[in-house]
Amino acid sequence: MHELAITQAIVESVQERAEQAGGRRVTRVVIAIGRLSAVLPDAVRFCFELCTEDTLLAGARLIIEEPPAAARCRACGAQLVMRDPLELCGCGRSDLDWLSGDELQIREMEMI
Amino acid sequence: MCAICGCDSATHSPAHQHEHPHEHAHAHPHDHDHDHEHEHDHDHDHGPSHMRDARPLRIIKLEQDVLLKNRLLAEHNRGWLAGRDIVALNLMSSPGSGKTTLLERTFRELGKELHFAVIEGDQQTSRDADRIAATGTPVTQINTGTGCHLDAAMVRDALRELSPPARSVVVIENVGNLVCPALFDLGEGARILVFSVTEGEDKPLKYPHMFRASDVLLINKIDLLPYVPFNLEQAIQYALQVNPRLRIFTLSALRGDGLAAWYDWLRGQAAGQPT
Repeated sequence: MHELAITQAIVESVQERAEQAGGRRVTRVVIAIGRLSAVLPDAVRFCFELCTEDTLLAGARLIIEEPPAAARCRACGAQLVMRDPLELCGCGRSDLDWLSGDELQIREMEMI
Repeated sequence: MCAICGCDSATHSPAHQHEHPHEHAHAHPHDHDHDHEHEHDHDHDHGPSHMRDARPLRIIKLEQDVLLKNRLLAEHNRGWLAGRDIVALNLMSSPGSGKTTLLERTFRELGKELHFAVIEGDQQTSRDADRIAATGTPVTQINTGTGCHLDAAMVRDALRELSPPARSVVVIENVGNLVCPALFDLGEGARILVFSVTEGEDKPLKYPHMFRASDVLLINKIDLLPYVPFNLEQAIQYALQVNPRLRIFTLSALRGDGLAAWYDWLRGQAAGQPT
């Protein structure tokens, strides 16, 4: 359940940033969890409420974007959409350079 | 939720506030029971000064890597190790794959030639650390409690405690888990995954992130191949499908098969050869 550690890292970073900026309360946090990131959005949602208790983020809305994943085949150069980490190129090879989809990012925060 | 004051009204949105005529006709029910700390008193008889009355809503773009802190600490560890010419290996697997047995034998047979030191990660007990210590190898135990992986901060602290000598090989035995450790850079030079033939040849397909995150795969317990339904060729094919750059060794830590090649690889690492 690394999602707990991941969520704690998100909350700590946002809390720190809010304090630096003199914010009183964080009302919204937007994060991106790529489809190949090995992190479950639902588990992060579950942990978010626990982790934000008694912080400036208490009650904040969590928005999770799930950017699609793309890769380029190192063998034939074709680009493909990755629906899961085991996707093969049309040429049958699996040596893929992941271009996107493994993001784990805090994109935006909103505070008052 | 209302973006201005945080109340439950959906109509009190930031897009709305610039558009509406300032008689403020929208419904703004005050049935919510949470405390308002700010000075916005909600009587809504204000004129054009609405935004000055309300605490301004600020949006900060971050685009920040969630694991940034861990990554920075890992780089710090990497620098600390490089400065001492120490090679660090992150040893990962599911529980019971034979990591500790492999280390015991490796240290007994190679310990005179290479200087080893170990950071032992487990949720509880120092049983593995005791086994390593019995081989005469310096060891520091990290108990993660309920934690399912080691992170760079734990390794930083353990390195200070262990204080490995220059030009040594530090083996970090991660918590037995095929999911979580894949995400946490510890500052290691190479990631080694141990996978035993009692686990089923489709493990690489079931846990692709871990196989993808690794540099070296040790397929252990091959002495049991006659007794278990494990297709070695298929397992290797699956592993290479998930990660075509994996360096694969097949061995038995108990019986000794294949250890010579593993030892040569370790010698190469200690001599600064690329993974």
